[in-house]
Amino acid sequence: MSNDVKGKSTPMTMIQALRSAMDVMLERDNDVVVFGQDVGYFGGVFRCTEGLQKKYGKSRVFDAPISESGIVGVAVGMGAYGLRPVIEIQFADYIYPAYDQIVSEAARLRFRSAGDFTAPLTIRTPCGGGIYGGQTHSQSPEAVFTHVCGLRTVMPSNPYDAKGLLIASIENNDPVIFLEPKRIYNGPFNGHHDQPVVPWSKHPMGDVPEGYYTVPLESASVFREGKDLTVLTYGTMVWVSEAAAAESGVDAEIIDLRSIWPLDLPTILASVKKTGRCVVVHEATRTSGFGAELTALVQEHCFYHLEAPIERVTGWDTPYPHAQEWDYFPGPARVAAAFKRAMEK
Amino acid sequence: MPHSEPLRLHVPEPTGRPGQTTDFSYLRLSPAGEVRRPEVDVTPVDTRDIAYSLIRVLDEHGNAVGPWAPDISIETLRAGMRAMMKTRIFDSRMLIAQRQKKMSFYMQSLGEEAIGAAQAMALNRDDMCFPTYRQQSILMARDVPLHGLICQLMSNEGDPLKGRQLPVMYSIKEAGFFSISGNLATQYIQAVGWAMASAIKNDTKIASAWIGDGATAEADFDTALTFAHVYHAPVILNVVNNQWAISTFQAIAGGENTTFAARGVGCGIASLRVDGNDFLAVYAASKWAAERARSNLGPTLIEWVTYRAGPHSTSDDPSKYRPLDDANHFPLGDPIARLKQYLINQGAWSEQEHEDTQKELEAMVIAAQKEAEKFGSLADNHVFSPAEMFEDIYEQMPEHLRQQRQQLGI
Ligand SMILES: Cc1ncc(C[n+]2csc(CCOP(=O)(O)OP(=O)(O)O)c2C)c(N)n1
Repeated sequence: MSNDVKGKSTPMTMIQALRSAMDVMLERDNDVVVFGQDVGYFGGVFRCTEGLQKKYGKSRVFDAPISESGIVGVAVGMGAYGLRPVIEIQFADYIYPAYDQIVSEAARLRFRSAGDFTAPLTIRTPCGGGIYGGQTHSQSPEAVFTHVCGLRTVMPSNPYDAKGLLIASIENNDPVIFLEPKRIYNGPFNGHHDQPVVPWSKHPMGDVPEGYYTVPLESASVFREGKDLTVLTYGTMVWVSEAAAAESGVDAEIIDLRSIWPLDLPTILASVKKTGRCVVVHEATRTSGFGAELTALVQEHCFYHLEAPIERVTGWDTPYPHAQEWDYFPGPARVAAAFKRAMEK
Repeated sequence: MPHSEPLRLHVPEPTGRPGQTTDFSYLRLSPAGEVRRPEVDVTPVDTRDIAYSLIRVLDEHGNAVGPWAPDISIETLRAGMRAMMKTRIFDSRMLIAQRQKKMSFYMQSLGEEAIGAAQAMALNRDDMCFPTYRQQSILMARDVPLHGLICQLMSNEGDPLKGRQLPVMYSIKEAGFFSISGNLATQYIQAVGWAMASAIKNDTKIASAWIGDGATAEADFDTALTFAHVYHAPVILNVVNNQWAISTFQAIAGGENTTFAARGVGCGIASLRVDGNDFLAVYAASKWAAERARSNLGPTLIEWVTYRAGPHSTSDDPSKYRPLDDANHFPLGDPIARLKQYLINQGAWSEQEHEDTQKELEAMVIAAQKEAEKFGSLADNHVFSPAEMFEDIYEQMPEHLRQQRQQLGI
């Protein structure tokens, strides 16, 4: 799945892998600029841009005022000039002030100007729960972007993919919403919040090439092969699904979408046609969530192969609570129960 | 003192409604020649007095007076005159074409022709303008071929935007005219970003941002001022105060007992308030701001005081909310008439030449319209293939769009 792997591999957390991707692209392309709240001198509240300002200077990597519409808006203008901005929104929960610039401007610029102007920007933003983040540090807003024509929405689940996908996103000439599940910044998380976190350094997917490589957009990965049912998921839920497969004894084939939209439909369909069953898993709230689109696609294309109704395991249709974190978060027990239901029918 | 009176909500009103006469004394006018001209490296706070007065060059006799009288050649002024006249003639022909249903919609800039035209002439062609839908005078000053504009208006088979955009939402990169969006104010912050990019690349180009009085109430206006100030972006932040936002008087946008120029000073931006119907003043102030930006001295905000003499758009009827003859009472008059008087005083224009130019430009617009009509119109369905609506959404068409295009049978 990777292209032009260069240099030796090193253990990296997702944070280090993302930083390495920006480092590689800042080095390769003088039109790449990185900015956002606290990303300059300080290196980002999650350390994703640490050291980059020192290495590339303040005109390439810099701090921005606390204005999400401003950050995205100036990036659109920079894109029109010919730069390739990689911008950060501190938390996905705070991307809404920029929604007009994303939906009405970045996503439409190429179409409305018939290619006269384009917006080749990458909007990085930490998303997802499982960290006691409460209402405004836990959201998974992918569905508000997948519904917007002209955008690409991407979410990695491990350091190797994080770096390769981010480089591919930066190089892509379409605007990309790059969602980073912050719960797995430092290590995979299977939903067992009472167990110690295993760091990425102890996991093969934490082994990341130091140089340039890409993980292509619109390509899903078969994260775990299986024959009983197909799990369609992305981000942290890939790891929860893996735990659920082990704990339920169901031989689940787990598809990590990686690119949420536009997506890799052939990989999805081949798997569901093979297993005949499908469970969709995401952290985001259920109604009109991206799972609804996945369910519809599978139903349209695999109707005669399905042996059971498509299940969805998602966050509840509530704002993300604080104290009730583990009742909200779709953990391995809930996912495993859905696997069993799907097998019984 | 005890307060016993109940609180009252203040909702601003224009003084003139249909059947009444507007009291224009709220405008804070200054006599021509009176406002000082600071050096271009003035500190923003030292423009405070200018932000509350009005820079004017042409007096009521058509003479250029005071420190802002620009160093400008007669040739440039004559070109400016033509650009303004062309804008007005184009607008009136397109209005007729809209009434004849050759296009679905149109927006005139009647009375505001000086602002875009003079600023365009004060800038270089490769300085990027981020216009609203009412800066067509920039296109005329930059001699953009009319044919493509009219095809865009008619959404026909010659439309450079392939029928995807509402009429007047042009995009002409080659002429430094950024793609117009229907969403107000969004381009204001984008202009700042473009200017920042130019600075990042150590370029010499500057950006020109445009917004109306009404749209200054959008968050992107304040955001743009903040970013322009923080990064000393080489941008001219233009606010065209034509007193109206559709039916809403500028007081409801926050203009009561203050000025839009003052907002700039509050954000640490050098700010000017200028007679928008005085071509010489517009040119002089634009030159000043451009020089400031190009010398790395940062942004300038300019409030252009003018009047929206026509309806908001072809879908609007101003007689429902303001006096019919309001424009005739506007104290700053008409930009074309005022420059005409100046040029005649200089012996550089005449009634005869005016009439001849009028006829020549009319013929030019009519000829361009005839050429454009050869490509059909929305009305006779000579539009781009629906296959075009699936293109340019992404650089490469994703599979789902390929399938949807096939479902449409193309
Ligand atoms: C975000 C947004 N809100 C509302 C509108 C509808 N709208 C179009 S033009 C307009 C008035 C704008 O007035 P002003 O900024 O003063 O500019 P003018 O039309 O006077 O040139 C409004 C409300 C819009 N296009 N975009």
